[in-house]
Amino acid sequence: MRFAFTDDQLLFRDTVGELFAKECPPEAVRWSWNDDNGRNPELWATLAEMGVTGLTVPESHGGMGMNEVDLLPILTEAGRYAFPGPIVETIAVAAPLLAESAPAAIAERWLPGIADGSVIATVALAGQPFVTDAHIADVLLAQRDDRIFAVPAENLRLTPQTSVDGARRLFVAEWDEADAELIASGDEGLRCADRAFNRGAAATAAVLIGLSEQMIAMTVAYVGERKQFGVPIGSFQAVKHHLADAELKVSFSRPTVWNAAYSIAHEAPDADRDVSMAKCFASDAAEVASRKALQCHGAIGYTTEHDLHFWLKRSWALAAAWGDAAWHRRRVAHLLLDQG
Amino acid sequence: MDLNFTAAEESFRAEARAWLEANVPHNLPSGDTREGFDLHVLWEKKLYDARWSAVSWPTEFGGRGASLWEWLIFEEEYYRAGGPQRVTQNGIFLLAPTIFEFGTEEQKATFLPRMAAADDLWCQGWSEPDAGSDLAGIKSRATRDDAAGGWILNGQKTWTTRGAFCNWVFGLFRTDPDAARHSGMTYMMVPLDAPGVTVRGVERLDGDEGFAEVFLDDVFVSDDLVLGGVNEGWGVAMATTSSERGLTLRSPGRFCAAADRLVDLWKRQSQVGTSDPSLRDAVAQSWMEAEAYRLATLADVSGLVEGKSTGARSSLTKIFWSELDVHLNETAVRLLGPAGELIEGSPDAVDDGAWMKAFEFSLSGPIYAGTNEIQRNVVAERVLGLPRK
Repeated sequence: MRFAFTDDQLLFRDTVGELFAKECPPEAVRWSWNDDNGRNPELWATLAEMGVTGLTVPESHGGMGMNEVDLLPILTEAGRYAFPGPIVETIAVAAPLLAESAPAAIAERWLPGIADGSVIATVALAGQPFVTDAHIADVLLAQRDDRIFAVPAENLRLTPQTSVDGARRLFVAEWDEADAELIASGDEGLRCADRAFNRGAAATAAVLIGLSEQMIAMTVAYVGERKQFGVPIGSFQAVKHHLADAELKVSFSRPTVWNAAYSIAHEAPDADRDVSMAKCFASDAAEVASRKALQCHGAIGYTTEHDLHFWLKRSWALAAAWGDAAWHRRRVAHLLLDQG
Repeated sequence: MDLNFTAAEESFRAEARAWLEANVPHNLPSGDTREGFDLHVLWEKKLYDARWSAVSWPTEFGGRGASLWEWLIFEEEYYRAGGPQRVTQNGIFLLAPTIFEFGTEEQKATFLPRMAAADDLWCQGWSEPDAGSDLAGIKSRATRDDAAGGWILNGQKTWTTRGAFCNWVFGLFRTDPDAARHSGMTYMMVPLDAPGVTVRGVERLDGDEGFAEVFLDDVFVSDDLVLGGVNEGWGVAMATTSSERGLTLRSPGRFCAAADRLVDLWKRQSQVGTSDPSLRDAVAQSWMEAEAYRLATLADVSGLVEGKSTGARSSLTKIFWSELDVHLNETAVRLLGPAGELIEGSPDAVDDGAWMKAFEFSLSGPIYAGTNEIQRNVVAERVLGLPRK
């Protein structure tokens, strides 16, 4: 029994964290809001060189062949820096889906590119009407009923949507099955979709942990400096208790997210339950952390001049993406209460 | 990351499970009543005879030298088997860690085996009428008696759980009245049958005589009953309260077993028609909170076995388990609908009123062992680093 990351996993996390600190500061997130494309290909290329984009790609396709547990700390760093880019879609969902389920030719067409950073993949499972980052994607992995397809980007008809998070890029994507490559169908297709959904939900939960941790850190710094009545507002018990509540939520969500990643990686029989628990807790924690962060910042937090809103709005978007807390709580209730 | 126990740990689990299944008594009356307490003590002696009363202690003191992982496994199995409350808890789980850390060899040899065997039964003497959350405000004083080689105690302790039934109390006494608030206190162990001690039981919210007031009038305590240094009691006491907040007081096994019983109750109640759909969510949420506590503990213990202390994060733990316990039992009482208010002995009470009893007890969790308001201050100041003033 050892419910902790290895030194190597933590070292890799720190290295990626340093890269984000340098290349993805709040100004970069602000740039992403204001730029038409909003994505930095050089940063993605650097992530590829470091092995991040190929982390979940099998070694036989030029990747590192690592699993969900290895990836998790990187996703949390991406959340901490509000990194704008399809890290969940390409690395956490698409690469393992292709590696596990795609016929050899399709896997060979896309996986080496994901590993070397030249291919960006995005995802649209059943119940996901809006596709993220379709404007820069090379391929869309999409579910239609019990069938999973790889749709090359040139065959997509995109209608942009506008998210409250200006760094997100959302689209409705239309396509014809005649222009798509079939990956899996029938029971195998549904199994593949379930695995992909679990991966997306768990990965998003990991990102939410990073977002929440950063909102708490920003708020702790702010209330330590901001003075009212001649003292830092962080010395007031009401403010302390807001932040303690947020820390409590995040602290007890974090291990559920680790457990979800572990269960997926080890194909645990309770993986559905473990994933839903993680996404439920991480979504709830982000909601609490974002509310407390805004409240403790006061009016300055209610502006777009301050950076806090980048994290608030990403939290709102991701708390709802891949199933919100209520959806996942109902799934846990079903698994616990409706059998036996 | 590896969430499997070793073969040796699994065989420890199998041994514990087999013994507990064969021996755990069911339907004992509350251990916080006179009659129930005596029956619980008999159970504690049975646990001790099979060396299950203090599994993590060294064998020389009555334990079986179990690792922290094995201790967690034992706790899981204990509550899974429906084991009763531990009336030895304040001694084995709260005082003993302090004796191991601060006690002399003689104190260890004197007190630990009797504690493991339930020959001595310990209660805590922290709160006083004017010192609750503000523990450093205690006034009970100890005056030096050099000739007799000890201290003369005067004052009053209160909210002493099972104080009316135990034979020893441990707590803080002011030995230097001129010292600053957190100095000048000494940690002492006091026999409740000593001349000058008066104990008065106080009925709790749940109707049990679980509380007591302890009055001390010129009570003599010899020097060998001082734990740690004279005037160094605050530091010694903090070691005890961090045990209480953290792992050793409330292991996850207890809440996971309660959450499984809640799921079972939901299934039974849904047969008779549960009208409120939000209860489904509440049951799932409670189960998840217990599971999250288990997972957080696995992470904490993974750190502890590698020498990393949980430090002030134990305050987060205390808030979490106490609040999850309230949510869980509140949900159960809601599930029972009109029968929720029926208590032990009422003919139509479901599970003989155990859920209302547990709900009432759970409400004490956010108050004892340092109120959750105090814990939130600790989290803000010592985990997050917010300014004290």
